[in-house]
Amino acid sequence: MVELSRKDHAVTHHKSVEISDPAMETLNVTIKYGESIAVNSCSLKFQKNRVTAIIGPSGCGKSTLIRSLNRMNDFIDDFSLTGQVMFAGEDIYNRKADPVEIRRRIGMVFQKPNPFPKSIYKNIIWGPQINGFKGNPDELVEESLINAGLWDEVKDRLNGSAMALSGGQQQRLCIARAIAMKPEIILMDEPASALDPKSTARIEDLIEELRQNYTIVIVTHNMQQAARISDYTAFLYNGDLVEFGVTKHIFTNPDRKETEDYITGRFG
Amino acid sequence: MTERSVVTDNKQAHIKEKVISGLLSLSALISVVTTVGIIILLLSESVSFFKEVSIIKFLFGTRWEPLLEPKSFGVLPLLSGTMLIVVGSAIIAIPMGLLTAIYLSQYASDRVRTFLKPILEILAGIPTIVYGYFALTFISPILKQVFPSTHIFNALSASIVVGIMILPMVASLCDDAIRAVPNTLKQGGYALGATPFEVITQVIIPGAFSGIMASFILAVSRAFGETMAVTLAAGATPNLTVNPLESIQTMTAYIVQVSLGDTPAGGIEYQTIFAVGALLFFVTLTMNVIANRVMHHFREVYE
Ligand SMILES: Nc1ncnc2c1ncn2[C@@H]1O[C@H](COP(=O)(O)OP(=O)(O)OP(=O)(O)O)[C@@H](O)[C@H]1O
Ligand SMILES: [Mg+2]
Repeated sequence: MVELSRKDHAVTHHKSVEISDPAMETLNVTIKYGESIAVNSCSLKFQKNRVTAIIGPSGCGKSTLIRSLNRMNDFIDDFSLTGQVMFAGEDIYNRKADPVEIRRRIGMVFQKPNPFPKSIYKNIIWGPQINGFKGNPDELVEESLINAGLWDEVKDRLNGSAMALSGGQQQRLCIARAIAMKPEIILMDEPASALDPKSTARIEDLIEELRQNYTIVIVTHNMQQAARISDYTAFLYNGDLVEFGVTKHIFTNPDRKETEDYITGRFG
Repeated sequence: MTERSVVTDNKQAHIKEKVISGLLSLSALISVVTTVGIIILLLSESVSFFKEVSIIKFLFGTRWEPLLEPKSFGVLPLLSGTMLIVVGSAIIAIPMGLLTAIYLSQYASDRVRTFLKPILEILAGIPTIVYGYFALTFISPILKQVFPSTHIFNALSASIVVGIMILPMVASLCDDAIRAVPNTLKQGGYALGATPFEVITQVIIPGAFSGIMASFILAVSRAFGETMAVTLAAGATPNLTVNPLESIQTMTAYIVQVSLGDTPAGGIEYQTIFAVGALLFFVTLTMNVIANRVMHHFREVYE
């Protein structure tokens, strides 16, 4: 049974879902790789300090869409995007927008944990340091690790290699590394799909806590997970945004047949 | 239909396997035997040389005049000549090779890459004697214009061509090492608001460190053993100097000179080439072993 007890806000009609205070917004975003369309005219708002889940079958464009939110697609040769991705009052694909600055403010956690082959301490402090961090590094490291729920496990081996941590610990380190930057938005592309159930539960708890201070966008294949942790859900199918709404409604009473088929496991 | 048994008694197939495995071990054996043979030859001839000349005088003597009277067998001038070439060519090839690799792997578009890679390979395939000609007839005259005191045969010109010669190897090995750094690490760097330069210098190069170091050592060991270009361009004057504009002689060039000259086999003069050869062999072997160690020791674990 899908557990939905945590919803604390009351948006009733997902058709007219009201995003009152978006941290970010896509406007008719179409993304192509060469000639093939991966995301088709997608308009979405991400509510501030809430968790928005992006779900949909494999290959439907979830990663493509989430990577476009902090310009991580820039490194793909034949990538092109039309439409606008609005953040802090600007289109981040505006010619004058600085992708480095954008990524400072919009962090990302990847599917596979990717800590640097350096110490735990260095992993956390590297990002802030190259971006001119002036405060007390020890405090920042401690605070980030505490917020990522990893402090107790690693406080005695901060100078040990991050590669020696377990997969779940590595992923929490990557989350700690992302929050050490104090971003406004954290993007997560299937952050728990490579982890065991226990580590997954820890990551989910963590997202629940981070939600207080950050806007979170998460791609997931796990329906229960989307239902448990997100406030809003966007269902993508074949590059099209089929349905977007309050998670509870998407999962209990979806508008569209495709959404229902997908969440009940009839395809995908 | 009868069921096929998994037990076969096919003698022919069995013999065929044996023959094949025998042939394979034979070819492996040939290279081992050759290596051992070379070492034995070098050592035995060197031993008779060192019966007459003390190893201390050989290693630390400052005059190398084995063909003149009074004979003198101090290998330092040859070693210093070799080192001039090694250092000079490394100064050229290491930074340029690394920068080329960074450009190729991080900045070049696919089109530029498919154009540049083959050029590097052609550069690596040019016979070394051609490089020697190039140094002698093109680089040295230019150097003479710039520095009038330049000798016709000089270490600088030889260093430059040896540098150009080993550059493709550095570039290509560094390129491989850089490409072996997982893409996910790079993305992790960018996602933290790093600039491309920061990602390259602080994520990619440290990640590829072992491979880059190994490429440097292999390139240096190649410069160490380089023969034809230096024989042609650097001269035949054993000269204990650090001035690259002077004519010098490397260990390899000396070996060529004696082997091609009319020095009678069997005499002490002739044995010098084995002593020099043994020293050369020892140094390059050491460098290759170090390169191997470095590769394994610093190998990053990404999983
Ligand atoms: N770098 C790329 N170059 C070309 N095409 C790509 C590239 N990355 C993805 N695609 C294509 O774009 C489409 C969407 O891919 P994407 O990775 O966004 O899907 P996804 O929803 O994240 O799938 P999954 O659930 O399997 O991760 C797919 O058809 C895929 O083949
Ligand atoms: Mg994906």
